[in-house]
Amino acid sequence: MNDFYIILTACLVAINCAIMGSFLVMRKMVMIGDAISHAVLPGIFFAYIFSGSTSSLPILAGAASSGILATIIIEWLTHKAKLQSDASIGISYTLLFAIGIILISKFGANADIDQQCVLYGELEYVPLWLEPIIGNFYLPKQTIILLIVSVVVLLAVIWGYKGLFITTFDENYSLSIGIGVGFWHYFLMSGVSLTTVVSFESVGAILVIAFLSGPPAIAYLLTGNFRKMLVLSCAFGILCSIIGYYLAKSLDVSVAGSISVVIGGVFAIVFTATTLQKSKIDVISN
Amino acid sequence: MSFWQNISTYFSSEYYTFWVVSIGAGIICFAAGIVGTFSYLRKRALIGDVVSHAVLPGVAISFMLTGVKNPLYFLIGATTSGILSIWLVDFIQSKSKLKPDTILALTLSVFFGIGIVLLTKIQHSGDAAQSGLDSFLFGKAASMTMHDVIIFSIIALINTICIVVFLRAFSIISFDEEYAKSIGFNVKVIKSFLALLTVITVAIGIQSVGIVLMAALLITPASGARFLTNSVKKMLVYAGIFALFSGFSGVIISSSGKAMPTGPWIVVVLSIFTIIAIFFGKEKGVIARMRTRKSNNIKINNENTLKTIYKLSKEGNESISRDQLINNQSTTQFKPTLKRLEKNQILIRVNESVILTEKGKLAAREVIRKHRLWEIYLSKYFNLDPDHLHDDAEGIEHIITPEIEKHLITLLNRPEKDPHQSEIPY
Repeated sequence: MNDFYIILTACLVAINCAIMGSFLVMRKMVMIGDAISHAVLPGIFFAYIFSGSTSSLPILAGAASSGILATIIIEWLTHKAKLQSDASIGISYTLLFAIGIILISKFGANADIDQQCVLYGELEYVPLWLEPIIGNFYLPKQTIILLIVSVVVLLAVIWGYKGLFITTFDENYSLSIGIGVGFWHYFLMSGVSLTTVVSFESVGAILVIAFLSGPPAIAYLLTGNFRKMLVLSCAFGILCSIIGYYLAKSLDVSVAGSISVVIGGVFAIVFTATTLQKSKIDVISN
Repeated sequence: MSFWQNISTYFSSEYYTFWVVSIGAGIICFAAGIVGTFSYLRKRALIGDVVSHAVLPGVAISFMLTGVKNPLYFLIGATTSGILSIWLVDFIQSKSKLKPDTILALTLSVFFGIGIVLLTKIQHSGDAAQSGLDSFLFGKAASMTMHDVIIFSIIALINTICIVVFLRAFSIISFDEEYAKSIGFNVKVIKSFLALLTVITVAIGIQSVGIVLMAALLITPASGARFLTNSVKKMLVYAGIFALFSGFSGVIISSSGKAMPTGPWIVVVLSIFTIIAIFFGKEKGVIARMRTRKSNNIKINNENTLKTIYKLSKEGNESISRDQLINNQSTTQFKPTLKRLEKNQILIRVNESVILTEKGKLAAREVIRKHRLWEIYLSKYFNLDPDHLHDDAEGIEHIITPEIEKHLITLLNRPEKDPHQSEIPY
């Protein structure tokens, strides 16, 4: 049953991240996702201080707001202070992360979080806190929260699909027909922050980035159709989670790390295959 | 205790570690700050992020192969995997439609994932010597030794010498690779050399400050310095000083309290410097630019009001009534503008109307002259239709300097009439 719990948790994170990541990849904003996943640290710290965990939705939203704060700072630095965009990202997330680490080291004992789980999570320990659902059916607490957030995120994306889609692919057009580009930007960023915060406790910052960038990148290499890309990246996320989990189990290593490695492996295969195919087509057409 | 005794306790053997750590931190920050300036200029600020995550598998593999915690082996391993990550980013970018940000994030997380897998493998194998390997994740500045300080000094020296010697080459490829190629630089070699310096610096520094904060050391000093100067040389100096001082004071702050991590404090101090520079930078700072914008706005308002009054007074009465002005004005902030003009003796107010002074008439004629000269220039050299000229000239009349005006007059042979057949007031 533990296998099931862990894989289910990983898959939920994978699906969330795949959906968010697909938009980020098309918007050329994956590194902002990376920044958010580090920058939520102060938010998570305060969540722990106030409630002992991130397992309550209001606290969760509060923690996610530090991710949104990061995107606001990045936007401000890029557009108002005219700092080049990569540097804006680099400065803001390292500062927020540093503040987070200082808070945790200073008061971490009260908050019961340590620095390591921040980076690579503790997927292995997810089944330790089970909650009864119906009769004999139990689910880990973390997984229940993830499930709720996934439903929220999924509904939000379905509700806002049109706006997200148009602002992602044709910003100028959406500006000209009066769609609030800023609104959809922060709509997406809120989704990314929320996803990152809930995923944090179980999979850690690094796997979040691997999930945000890897499966969408693989899917993008295979298709030019965005709907197909969404479905494919969810599928690849799930596939990598399952393979990664069993790989970790057989090698006795970190599950989060192993899933990232599998994502890298699958990417390498797809990348090689598509590149070879492309060069073959080039040869034929020449 | 006298003042000097007080000072001298800081130099006693009790404080030996403190000095070692603070000087060491300052030096490694300096080394990263100057080499990071070029990452910044090449718009590859986030490559530092990637490299600092990517050295982890190299460290783990070198430990697995040798079984000892030898800094030299770590360095070799870390440098190799760091270089590999940079190469992979470039390779994937050249071969696929994926955008740089996706590739950076993917490379970073996969390399780090490999590192974590290897690290947990080592930990679970129960090797007694492995403890402390994860100091690579968050850094252990407090355990710095004199030996480390010497290594830091060497890399700082190497970076400084290389940058001084190759300053021209580094600067040119940072700004314009094509140009560098055309004047015979071997761009590939220079780029690889720069990358090597960056990776080695990261590999050495990471043990003290940790992964995420290493990325900050490369990028934050340069970003701050950029707001203070346009010259690469000065930027290097500022970034170096910022970094040196932040490393030093980060250690002082963190040693003042219990359980205060050094690396993060260094980053916080560094960021404070940069934020100050962003706000107060002399020309490019946010406040300076706000001030420029404000003074431009004032100028535009002044000149537009002046023009309105001048035109109205040409049409008839010398003194213009308030209502006439309000009906014809095109500026925002009407009242403060009038007050300002009065204070500058451009106009005088009589009861409810205004009259231009001699100085005011001169100034008004200047604005109108510039406007009309620009209209002629546009219609002559861009063949624009007369009714398209006005809006453009409306913007530019405020910017034309006396020198440009002189050039325009010579270029256009001191014209008498503008395209709308209005006279040009000289």
